[in-house]
Amino acid sequence: MNELLKSFVEFGPDLWKATLDTFIMVGATMASAVLLGTPLGVMLFVTAPQGLYPRPLLNRVVGYLVNALRSFPFIILLVLLIPVSRFVVGTSIGPKAAAVALSVAVIPYFARLVEQNLRDVPRGVIDMAHACGASARHMVFKVLLSEARVALVGSLTVTATGFIAYSAVAGAVGAGGLGDLAIRYGYYRFETGVMVWCCVIMFVLVQATQMAGNALAARLDRR
Amino acid sequence: MNGPTEPMIQLRQAAKRFESRGQVVDALHPTDLDIAAGEVFGLLGFSGAGKSTLLRLINRLEEPTQGSVRVDGLEMTGLRGAELSRARQRVGMIFQQFNLLAHRTALGNVEFALEVAGVPAAQRARTARESLHAVGLADKEGAYPAQLSGGQRQRVAIARALATQPKVLLCDEATSALDPHTALSILRLLRRLNRERGMTIVIVTHDIKVASYLCQRCIVLERGRVVDAIDMADPRPRSPLGRFFFETARGWTDDTVLPTEEEA
Repeated sequence: MNELLKSFVEFGPDLWKATLDTFIMVGATMASAVLLGTPLGVMLFVTAPQGLYPRPLLNRVVGYLVNALRSFPFIILLVLLIPVSRFVVGTSIGPKAAAVALSVAVIPYFARLVEQNLRDVPRGVIDMAHACGASARHMVFKVLLSEARVALVGSLTVTATGFIAYSAVAGAVGAGGLGDLAIRYGYYRFETGVMVWCCVIMFVLVQATQMAGNALAARLDRR
Repeated sequence: MNGPTEPMIQLRQAAKRFESRGQVVDALHPTDLDIAAGEVFGLLGFSGAGKSTLLRLINRLEEPTQGSVRVDGLEMTGLRGAELSRARQRVGMIFQQFNLLAHRTALGNVEFALEVAGVPAAQRARTARESLHAVGLADKEGAYPAQLSGGQRQRVAIARALATQPKVLLCDEATSALDPHTALSILRLLRRLNRERGMTIVIVTHDIKVASYLCQRCIVLERGRVVDAIDMADPRPRSPLGRFFFETARGWTDDTVLPTEEEA
């Protein structure tokens, strides 16, 4: 116990910095998921052959691309994206560079979840909106996304908790963050205390995210 | 626009064929139909007879594979984008499962139709309240669909359909999910709308009681074809299916003659 407290005091600043880095990585990743993954998911849903605005060829091409990105082992993606990271954020190491790779991983993942969530909007409600003369914009924002909101918040929560853990893998390219700290100090340098603290903080982050997600979903649910 | 002699709804050789994986289904064979302004018209038939398909041709929820559909003088086939949206706003529709937005209040559901129709925000709430008032739900505007009974939900749906002041109301099995008492109250509301506003109403039903109460004329559909046309003031069904519907109105007995198709 004494050991643990000692390492907390000694590595306090590092743990703080690593937590912030994790926040940056996961925050940027989730922003990408929402801002780019959501439209991609909507597009996959509406352009499907039996969808609202069918574009079978486009749907298939984008579907393949999404699957291709999803099939990469994340560690390989990290390495492959080094030049892209350098171009987008000006560096190939650190949390910003990792955020680029994480974003590339999260966008197709979240898009598939969105696509799935939208399938659960009742067909009859979509008919109703058509019958009212809803445009594509109204259909997407006022019907699909709005009616699927509880499932979408659920997907967002699952994605966030998953990518908190994923961001630790990005430590492999010197990403910073809690996973990086756990590996470099905790594992390579036998600072077990650091490893334990990193895991505890990750645990708290994941729990807090899940609870926040559940609470938000419950608040939004009018059914 | 609508000339003095032109019907409110006019189908000419309108047909709908579904093709999927080599299977061809004629949901509706080429059909002619005229429905006058202010008329309440019934589409009778069993499930799968094509009555819902016919109804959905009227506001182009289904696109006819051939023929023409005119509503209030406007050719519905071939309309695209904003033109189709505007045309649909002139035709209200209600459904068996109500199809309300679960995450909007009663008022919000009515406002949805107005938002879609581009009614300015300042005007929406007032118009929506008037519409809820007209269906007797003025005191429920803040309730979500989950907090309303089936009959109340259908009233919200009717208010939504009325909000843009359409001349035509399409009802797809609108009372089939309701108990008889609630169903009758909804039918009375529809009848009042027809009388007070001269609204043309087309209903799809498999319930002869609904048709008898509400409709001036009916057609009977069987496997995508019109097999009977009935004047409800003096009903003389000629088809086995038409006769079956009217016999069941008196209640089922061992002697009730099933239409041949069903006996086979």
